[in-house]
Amino acid sequence: MSVELCGLRLAHPVVNGSGTFDAIAALRAFGEPLREAFPFSAYVSKTITLHPRTGNPPPRLWEAPAGMINSIGLPNKGLDGYLAEDLPLIAGFRSDPAAGFEAMPVPVITNVMGSDAEELGRLVEACDARSEIAAIELNVSCPNVATGLDIGADPAELERVLAALRPRTGKPLIVKLTPNAADVPACALGAQAGGADAVSLINTLRAAALDPGGSGRLWLGGRTGGLSGPAIRAVALAQVAAVAAAVEVPVIGMGGVQRSEHARELLDAGASLVAVGTESFRDPAAGTRIAAGLVLRG
Amino acid sequence: MSALGAAAQAPLGRRLAEITEIRELGVYRVIAVADPGAPAPAPGQFAMLAAAEGWGGGRDERPFLARAFSVARHEDGTSQFLLEDVGPGTRRLCELGPGERLWVAGPFGRPFSAPAEGRRAVLVGGGVGIAPLAILQDELERANVPATVLLGFRDSARVPGAELLRDAALATDDGSAGHRGLVTALLEAELQRDPSASVYACGPAGMLEGVRALCEGAGVPAQLALESGMACGYGACYGCVVPTRDGGYLRVCVDGPVIDAALLERVEEHAGAHA
Repeated sequence: MSVELCGLRLAHPVVNGSGTFDAIAALRAFGEPLREAFPFSAYVSKTITLHPRTGNPPPRLWEAPAGMINSIGLPNKGLDGYLAEDLPLIAGFRSDPAAGFEAMPVPVITNVMGSDAEELGRLVEACDARSEIAAIELNVSCPNVATGLDIGADPAELERVLAALRPRTGKPLIVKLTPNAADVPACALGAQAGGADAVSLINTLRAAALDPGGSGRLWLGGRTGGLSGPAIRAVALAQVAAVAAAVEVPVIGMGGVQRSEHARELLDAGASLVAVGTESFRDPAAGTRIAAGLVLRG
Repeated sequence: MSALGAAAQAPLGRRLAEITEIRELGVYRVIAVADPGAPAPAPGQFAMLAAAEGWGGGRDERPFLARAFSVARHEDGTSQFLLEDVGPGTRRLCELGPGERLWVAGPFGRPFSAPAEGRRAVLVGGGVGIAPLAILQDELERANVPATVLLGFRDSARVPGAELLRDAALATDDGSAGHRGLVTALLEAELQRDPSASVYACGPAGMLEGVRALCEGAGVPAQLALESGMACGYGACYGCVVPTRDGGYLRVCVDGPVIDAALLERVEEHAGAHA
């Protein structure tokens, strides 16, 4: 038994959230056994941008009540470095049979971010040309350079951007929605209208921490960050249910999933797949553990 | 124990391990954790620890993330870790008694490497940061590399930590043992005596910066075991970075924790990281 998303066959419904699992670093830490025991049924890359980014100055982490705030700043090698150096290393993994599902190849979903449709278009076309990439996820939690608004927080802008990208690839386009928007289902509908094949949510919730030394200043190097972990699980459930009710395209649900029961709730709320993020920090095999506890219905 | 410089790779996933023994050294606690399925760590490698029960749900619903600890010693499938209660995570771990269980992931990270042929090792530790120098001292002894140990502590309540290593020269802030002042003063004298040493250091950021500057001035190679709050320990979160001389960042968990001092402009303090 396997699951399907936008034509991709996956061993089970549990993938990773972008930016929460680095397969190359994990190979260094866990060695070759990782190749045949990947904890997720698809591998979503960290966000790739056109040009290299070093990321935010530290401190980048804050432990929050039942969760954490990250202010990482999307460090990455840039498109050329990713395609030349990283992509060949992250293709060819197989899912862990310990999940209780037949082991299958783990397709790569590359997450990209650009500040306008042109930049995103170049990223999407470059990904389209690579056979190792099965699908493309768009990180639209990025301010539009002209308007200052997050592309992903404006339904009309999302529709325009997707309509411009749609002709540039035949690969599935997944839109990672931001929860920091007034009307998330409207944003999902905008993405769908522009030609998105699926939507994923929720991204982290904007959050801040003050200097523990008492200066009253914002403490994280990037000033604000994103809250994740069980603290946001109920928010994720509400947004996933609302979006799944609004759109026809499949939904990848995530936010605070720590156990199979939490994944089951998101599936029951209408998600087709579930992503695990912060829990993998606490348990590197969380994806396999959560998949193993899922009994698929129908 | 793995040989110097040869990093052990971790089993994929965390496992439950039992505390078999607890030893108090002043304010510090040494816990022995039976983890027979895991490979022997190399000196400088670390593990991520979280209590199996009562992790979360404390004040402010913390702790949430596992905490990183250098392996202080390893023998027959049992690892020792040195704890000091300095935050919600370390406090919860300090509450645990023999027979109670921990989640353990690791060993992770880049270990210490052997000194160049003919160089003697000088181990410099401060406070709870002395932990990885104990396993390093064991391994250097096994490899017949002569090693001098210099340890610094704040006060008499912490001096018993020195029992973790053998034959250490001490410095204390309060003068309760050894030289009154900083351990870097002992290092400065040591480097004057033997400028062809190789330095291995772990401790608070201020001490490490002092060691880095001294070694740079003396042209002596130094390997610094850094500390940083981290979410995962295996390169996933990118949260534990330190800035490097070339304007980039290194992840303490996978590019370190042992980092060649020459790569760093200075060792910076980030107060308030989860502990």
